[in-house]
Amino acid sequence: MSKVNITINGKPYEAEAGKTILEVARENNIYIPTLCYLEGVNQYGGCRLCMVEVETNGRPMRNLQAACMIKISDGMSIKTNTERVRKARKVNLELLLSCHPKDCLSCPRSLDCELQTLSRRLNVTEPRFEGEMKDLPVEISTVMTRDMSKCVNCRRCVAMCNKIQKIGVLNAQKRGFKTVIQPSFGMNIADTDCTNCGQCISVCPVGALRETDAIDPVVKAIEDPNKYTIVQVAPAVRVAIGEPFGMPSGSVATGKMVTALKALNFDEVFDVNFGADLTIMEEGTEFLQRAKAALTGGEAVLPMMTSCSPGWIKFIEHRYPELLPNLSSCKSPHMMQGALVKTYYAEKLGKDPKDIYLVSVMPCTAKKFEIARPEMNENGVPDVDAVLTTRELANMIKQAGIDFVNLPDSEFDPPMGISTGAADIFGVTGGVMEAALRTVYELVTGRELPCENLHVAPLGDSTQIKTASLTFENVLPEYKFLEGFTANVAVTSGFDGAAQVMEMVKAGKAFHFIEVMGCPGGCIVGGGQPRGVKAEKWAARKAGIYAIDEGKQLRKSHENPAIKAIYEEYLGQPCGHKSHEILHTHYTARGKYNELI
Amino acid sequence: MIIKNVQDLKLVADRYNAEFGKYEHTVYVCGGGGCISSKCQATKDFVESYIKELGLTDKVNVVFTGCMGTCAMGPVVLIEPERIYYVHVTPERAKDIIDRQVVKGEVIEEYTFFDANLQKHIPCIDDIPFFAEQVQIVLNKCGKIPFDSIEAYIAKGGFTAEAKAFGMTQEQIVDEVTKSGLRGRGGAGFPTGIKWSAGMKAPGENKCIVCNADEGDPGAFMDRSAIEGDPFCLIEGMTIGGYAIGAHNGYVYCRAEYPVAVERFNKAAEIAREWGLLGKNILGSGFDFDIELRIGAGAFVCGEETALMSSIEGQRGEPRQKPPFPFESGLFGYPTIINNVETYYNIAEIINKGADWFASYGVGRSKGTKVFALAGDVINTGIVEVPMGMPLRKLIFEIGGGIVDGKKFKAAQIGGPSGGCITEKNLDTSVDYESLTSLGAIMGSGGLIVMSEDTCMVDTARFFMQFIQDESCGKCTPCRIGTKRMLEILERIVAGNGTLEDLDTLEELSHVIKDTAMCGLGQTAPNPVLSTISNFRDEYEAHIVDKSCPAHVCSALAKYYIDPEKCRGCTLCARNCPVQCISGKVKEPHVIDQSKCIKCGACQANCKFGAVIKK
Amino acid sequence: MSDVVKNLTAEEVEKQANFEKLANVIDLYSGKEGCLIQVLHAAQEIFGYLPYEVQKFVADNMGFSVSYVSSVSSFYSFFSTTPKTKHDVKVCLGTACYVRGGSALIEKLQELLGIGVGEATADNLFSIHVTRCVGACGLAPVVVVDDDVHKQVKPGDLAGILDQYRGE
Repeated sequence: MSKVNITINGKPYEAEAGKTILEVARENNIYIPTLCYLEGVNQYGGCRLCMVEVETNGRPMRNLQAACMIKISDGMSIKTNTERVRKARKVNLELLLSCHPKDCLSCPRSLDCELQTLSRRLNVTEPRFEGEMKDLPVEISTVMTRDMSKCVNCRRCVAMCNKIQKIGVLNAQKRGFKTVIQPSFGMNIADTDCTNCGQCISVCPVGALRETDAIDPVVKAIEDPNKYTIVQVAPAVRVAIGEPFGMPSGSVATGKMVTALKALNFDEVFDVNFGADLTIMEEGTEFLQRAKAALTGGEAVLPMMTSCSPGWIKFIEHRYPELLPNLSSCKSPHMMQGALVKTYYAEKLGKDPKDIYLVSVMPCTAKKFEIARPEMNENGVPDVDAVLTTRELANMIKQAGIDFVNLPDSEFDPPMGISTGAADIFGVTGGVMEAALRTVYELVTGRELPCENLHVAPLGDSTQIKTASLTFENVLPEYKFLEGFTANVAVTSGFDGAAQVMEMVKAGKAFHFIEVMGCPGGCIVGGGQPRGVKAEKWAARKAGIYAIDEGKQLRKSHENPAIKAIYEEYLGQPCGHKSHEILHTHYTARGKYNELI
Repeated sequence: MIIKNVQDLKLVADRYNAEFGKYEHTVYVCGGGGCISSKCQATKDFVESYIKELGLTDKVNVVFTGCMGTCAMGPVVLIEPERIYYVHVTPERAKDIIDRQVVKGEVIEEYTFFDANLQKHIPCIDDIPFFAEQVQIVLNKCGKIPFDSIEAYIAKGGFTAEAKAFGMTQEQIVDEVTKSGLRGRGGAGFPTGIKWSAGMKAPGENKCIVCNADEGDPGAFMDRSAIEGDPFCLIEGMTIGGYAIGAHNGYVYCRAEYPVAVERFNKAAEIAREWGLLGKNILGSGFDFDIELRIGAGAFVCGEETALMSSIEGQRGEPRQKPPFPFESGLFGYPTIINNVETYYNIAEIINKGADWFASYGVGRSKGTKVFALAGDVINTGIVEVPMGMPLRKLIFEIGGGIVDGKKFKAAQIGGPSGGCITEKNLDTSVDYESLTSLGAIMGSGGLIVMSEDTCMVDTARFFMQFIQDESCGKCTPCRIGTKRMLEILERIVAGNGTLEDLDTLEELSHVIKDTAMCGLGQTAPNPVLSTISNFRDEYEAHIVDKSCPAHVCSALAKYYIDPEKCRGCTLCARNCPVQCISGKVKEPHVIDQSKCIKCGACQANCKFGAVIKK
Repeated sequence: MSDVVKNLTAEEVEKQANFEKLANVIDLYSGKEGCLIQVLHAAQEIFGYLPYEVQKFVADNMGFSVSYVSSVSSFYSFFSTTPKTKHDVKVCLGTACYVRGGSALIEKLQELLGIGVGEATADNLFSIHVTRCVGACGLAPVVVVDDDVHKQVKPGDLAGILDQYRGE
């Protein structure tokens, strides 16, 4: 890449040609305020807060320029901090504030709001330019709360929904001052083909898009003396929960998190990792059953596709209903574990399942929809009663006045607190597949998966679509049908990749097993995780997950002693009768649009 | 037939001229937009059938043309060879005109053009100041030939410039256009040659050339008239442009409000294709070119070139940040050159007659002519083309015939919502890009609205801001919210609730919007406000301080009085007053209590003696 | 009873035919880039307006999300999601018409028809719209009913103009 010479505020800098003014300024720690801009997601140029003075070839450009849009060129001179610049930025910010509600004190995003931060930073001291505001009703669905009166029209969510996820539910409707970001015809988002992935929520700079808060019902259940409250935590939460408390991204905060949950007065704290190990037993067995049928002349639908990601499930139900038979019938890990809590564990406790209130802490917003699916219950008792996102848990901990960073570590409660490293990697793209292969290969051959450090390259990479092949040789006698068989597997995350892989499947590409996670990068980047889209942040979370896996003695699901015990004690065998009754589910073809009008 | 070369063009021209020469008389019936609204179709149908009835079809030719210019006087008819210009020609009048003018050679003076300044009828078109003062380059065929005849267009020299251009190199064409001094007629006045040069040099197999026919400026209808009256000229201009920059795809983006223009252009393009003047190997040059017309859907912002491209691509008409400029990455990502309709209409003449000839018209850096749409409180509303540099006074008072109803001139609004107003003291300003800009107006596309003393300038500013506010795409903050806040302030002022600080706020917002809005629409949106504040600050202050509207336009500030001389004491006003604020004895003059009056106007509407005055 | 069923069927048949027409239009444009707006024009021409099911049809057949299609259609004032009345009365409020008294025409029309701008009369005969410059500035102020331009209209002329369309 060629270098160009520019000056910023009179100081010379050398920078790569093709970069924007904003990128170069940030590399050199020069502050330029932004609101609509979001690296890698949205380069829109709409908010006009990043305005700078620019001179090219010694000639000042007539108007101020948007630093996020304009690329540097040799000899360019940029001023980021003149009176003209500061005034223009401030007036534009004041205009944004003039149609933004002033109820910051009671806004869930208070102190975590980019608009609020900018107001302070640009020294807004009084309300100016007051006039008509957007008066739109707050829309609350199971998953999402949309308060469009707070929307600042940054279009980050639009970029996320259309450009990154390619779902296209949220778009700018109407124009000018009346522009509103919503589904077509002002429909409730719950009535659309929204996958509930929550990526829009994670990029919203203000309080316009947020998950529908479940803290209140959870707290009520904890306070209810007749309820026995159990909380279970997904693998990706532990590497992100530290962030809202100022800990570096990727910090493994499992122990503090468990302590905090106990301090919140949950009666027991379980690990969804247990459910993940269980999922591998069920899903691995299901795969072997399908493979056997296919290879021995029976009827079987292949490729089999993973079913852990509820966003992905809703996606395929809308877009590729014809491929629903390919989905594994396994419930997702926390739903399996929920079903066990409400049956096996309730029995063990000697409690009426109705009196157990089970809360899942998830990096995911779609899980809120998943627990409300009508099929997710045991004899009318919901498998899981509430889902809190990682963000909500952080809020709850703050509200309880718990000093998270200085908490001592605690352990999850047995039996559903015991897990292997295979379960941890469920939080990262490629992890479910790798975990499954670790178990399947060993079951079939009696030997450990022949991959360095048990990692199946390149499935864990950050590329969109990854494929690998694994040949079974010298198999154990009962798996003779697999001798010499090469399994082709594919892994993708994000719906853009998912759609591409589904098209490959429809075109006849010979895959046998496919893992899909709805969020690009997997659960560590889930829509319920602490905000802030940054590649480095994601890499750190991923490294955290792998560190946990590699640090564990047991790294294969079938080695989990608690899992072995529960099969012996209660379930019988994987994919057996009992499993099918409580651990497996079915799906609903929804048609391309769910939009009811 | 397929035209393959210049000889074929000449053949067609000769044949057409010979055919035309057979007739003793030609009746030109204007089929321009204004005349269509005045039911010229009926006039034309009548003339045709009446000529037939009289058995004169061999002697009298009837031609249905594009706009002749005097849009308020339609339907208009020109009789050749006498060149007598008849206005308001209903079928009844047409019968007289044929009976007397065509058959007997007798001029019917009372049906001819009436010049308000000279207070007399002027029968011959060449003596009418409205026409005599014009120089027509752009409109040299408009209104003079049947708009749907490619033969007529060729007979008037059409497509010879294109043939000539094909004999030149791309550089030679671009040089000629550069030398001519032609500047974009859409508003900003960027030199066309420089733009084309950038387009020519842009790398890429696929390039696009686009005509901006989204004449959205309310009060402008020049482009509409040109396309409706002479669609082939646009095809020729764009083909030359396409050849010069190396583009094989042309797009015309026309606003949906102009169905007639759309229809006539599409028809013309179809004919041109049949004649081999669009398509493969045009005129044997080896150059392939075609044009597709795309219709807008009602968004003013789509006149801005980057928004226009978004719209052609089928998206929301939201502008894009420049740079990259369209010549670098434009329509569908290809290098793209966008010019206004009028710009293209100059091209053929520049190629045919040369850059020097073109540059001999105009002043300073503004060469050639400019077409204006004269409208508002001016007597001769319509389309005029004048050399650059003509003083505004001459344009309004000689060509335009002055102000209607003997009212006083107050301002000329030029450049539409992006422009500003010119007042009495600057009426002698030369109409050219630089002079207008120095006065806080812009040349714009050519909408020229004349305003009389009855116009409230604060209300006018409010009108433009309302327009901009309705048309803002909403992409950037200053335009989406800033114009809304400005409008709200202006609404407060016209309602009598303004403060002097409001004026400062208006100016502050204006400057930030100009400095930070993403596109040209936003950047120029505050111009009408800044221009009226600087020229008519006293009117703003009257609204704010005295709570009065000097032009008696703003109804919230109007006051109703009863003229005691005229009042007969009939009590009708008092009985109709909803707040009972009118008092007086029967048969004695009544009085309105100003403190209670809600300015509903019921008293005035009910008074049978014209005694209630609003001021 | 049988009449009602017949009517419904006729309506459905027409609708079906309209969707077929629209499918043909989309086919026609399939080779060209960026034709959504042109297709929406055709759809509005066929159906009179662009209700949800029409926009959904366009989305499905052109490979867009319906939300994207409505984001485009709702940007442009030409596209409507409400059925057309028999006659559209459009008052021009371009600069020339405004200066020459266009707003008085709006007031009078509202009074005559008893409806506001953007509304339709109960008999679905008339609706009032404001339009921005139809390029007939030389004839200001103008009122456009359907495709007919009425020039230099005074408030007093409006009743007569409306009457011309009542009989049809």
